Amino acid sequence: MNSFKRVHCCNAILGFLLAAGFTVVRAQDAPDVGPHPPEPPKHRESHIGNITGHSQDAKSDYRRYCAGCHGDLGDGNGENAQWLDPKPRDFTIATFKCRSTPTGTLPTDQDLYNTIGRGLTNSNMPIWNTFSKQQRADLVAYVKTFSPRWEREKAGDPIKVPAEPPVTIESIAHGKALFTKLECWKCHGPQGKGDGPSASTLTDSKDNPIRPYNFATGGNDSRFKCGSTNQDIYRIFMTGVDGTPMPSFADVIQPNDAWDLVHFLRTLQVNRHSKENEVLKAAGGKIPAYVEKSDNNEAPANQPENKSSGNGN
Amino acid sequence: MKAHYKTAVTTCALLMLGFGLLYSTHKTINVSAAAGGTITGTIKLDGTPPHQKPIDMSKEPACAKEHASNPVTTETVVVGPMGGLRWVVVYLSEGLDAGTASQVPSETPTWDQKGCQYIPHVMALDVNQHFKVSNSDPHSHNIHPLPAPNGANHEWNRSQPPGTPPFDQVWAGQEVAIPVKCNIHPWMHGYLAVVKGPTGVSDANGSYTISNVPAGTYTVTAWQEVYGSQSQKVTVGAGKPTTADFTFKAK
Repeated sequence: MNSFKRVHCCNAILGFLLAAGFTVVRAQDAPDVGPHPPEPPKHRESHIGNITGHSQDAKSDYRRYCAGCHGDLGDGNGENAQWLDPKPRDFTIATFKCRSTPTGTLPTDQDLYNTIGRGLTNSNMPIWNTFSKQQRADLVAYVKTFSPRWEREKAGDPIKVPAEPPVTIESIAHGKALFTKLECWKCHGPQGKGDGPSASTLTDSKDNPIRPYNFATGGNDSRFKCGSTNQDIYRIFMTGVDGTPMPSFADVIQPNDAWDLVHFLRTLQVNRHSKENEVLKAAGGKIPAYVEKSDNNEAPANQPENKSSGNGN
Repeated sequence: MKAHYKTAVTTCALLMLGFGLLYSTHKTINVSAAAGGTITGTIKLDGTPPHQKPIDMSKEPACAKEHASNPVTTETVVVGPMGGLRWVVVYLSEGLDAGTASQVPSETPTWDQKGCQYIPHVMALDVNQHFKVSNSDPHSHNIHPLPAPNGANHEWNRSQPPGTPPFDQVWAGQEVAIPVKCNIHPWMHGYLAVVKGPTGVSDANGSYTISNVPAGTYTVTAWQEVYGSQSQKVTVGAGKPTTADFTFKAK
C-alpha cells in the first residue's frame, strides 16, 4: 500500500474507534418518566382453598350479574351506578375495603371470595349466595383482569390475628380507654353513632361524601362493612378500610390491646345480644375506669368518663 | 515521528472505547469528577394570586389555639412580597444519565404534622428514598396519600396518635406529585413529589437550587400544584452555576 492510502486507512480506523467509543458512552437508559400504556387484559387465575378459578369462565356471569353496577370495564361506572351511594367498586384501581392484608397492599383471593359471598352492608352489593364455589372463584379471577396491579404485585401477607382472650369487664374498660386515646370518637362519635366532630366532612378517596360506621344501628343482626364476627372487627381496624377515611391502626395498637378494643366496640352495639353486653350488664351496666397495670405515670388512676359512655343510659 | 503519533492516537482511541464500555456497564460509578454543577433560579407569579382562604380549625381546639395569634390560610398559591412563588418543585425531566438517575440519597427527610398542617407543604423525594412521617401535635392524625391510580405507587392510610415514633416510608415510582390528606382534619393538604435525580423546591422568595448536577444538557421542569408544569433546556458546565428562571401566569 502506498503511504497516501495508508494514512487514510489508519485515519478511518481511528475514526471508527473514536465513534464506537462515543456511541457506547452515550447509549444509556432514558429516565423512566411519563405514563405507561395500558396493558392488554390477561387471563387470570384465583386460588381459594383447593379451587382454582379461571377468568375466562366468568365472562358471562360477570356480564349478567356484575356489569350493571361495576361496568363492562370494571371501573364502577355501570348503568346503575348513577343512582347508587356508595358507588360500586372501581376494580381498575385495585383498592379494596375488605382485606386481611395491610393497608396499601392487595387483598388475597380469599378476601375477594369472601366479599362476593358476604356482600357489603349499608351498600347495594348483595350477598351473592346464589353462586357455586367454582363460579365465585372464577369471578374473583375475572375481577383481577381489570387492573395491571395484579400482574406487578403479589397480595399482601395476611395479618396475624391472635387467639381472642376472654371477655371481661377489665378488657372492655381497657378498650374504652383505647377508643378515647386513639381518638376513634373524632369520626365515630363518643357513643359510636357516627356523629363525631370530623364525621360531616369525611370524603372517600374519590371525593364522594362518606359516613363513618354507626355502631348503634340495627338490631341483633347488625353487620359491619367487612363481616360480622369479632375477628372481622379486629381485621377492620388493623388493616384499615382502604379507599375510605378509615385508617389502619396496626402500627399503633398491640395485638392484645386490639382485642380489648374489639370487646369495647361490641358494647357500642347497644341493641345486639353479645357476650360483651352480657358481661357489661353483669357488671352493673357501667364501664369502670381503666387502671393501668404497669406503673405508667402518664395514666391517672381515675380516668374521667367524659368521652364515651358505653352502654350506660 | 509520524509513526509514534499514529500509535499514540490509536492507543487513545482504544482507551476511550474501553472506558466507554466500562462506564456504560458500571452504573454506580462515582461521577463526582464531572458533577458539582448547580442550577439555580427564581420562580415568579405574573398577575394577582388567588385569594388564600383562612382556615377554621375550631374543630381541633389545640390547633386553633396554636394559630390564634397568627391565623393560617390555605397554601395552594403562596407568593412572597417580590412576587416569588413558593413551593414549586424543580427537577430534571430529561437528560439525566442512568448513573445519576439510579443514585438514591441516604438522607431521610421528615414529613411532619404540626399545628394541623403539613410541614413542609411540598416535599421533594427521590424514587426509593426513605422518609419519615412524624406527628408533632398533641392529638391524632391519619396520613392518607392518594397517588394516581395504576402507577407504581399505591394509596395507604395510617393512623398516627401523638407520641408514636415516626413511620418510615418510601415510594417506588416517579410521581409529581402525590397529594396527601388527613381525613380527621379535612383542611390539611400537602404534596410529595417523587422524582429521580436531584431536585429543588422554591422558598418564600421563589428561589431554588438544584445541587450535584453532572455536566450536561437537561430539560428542567418546574411544577406548581395549581399552575402545573413548565420546562426549559439548560446546559450545565462542570462546577459552574447555571440559571433557569420560571414565570407562571396567574389565571
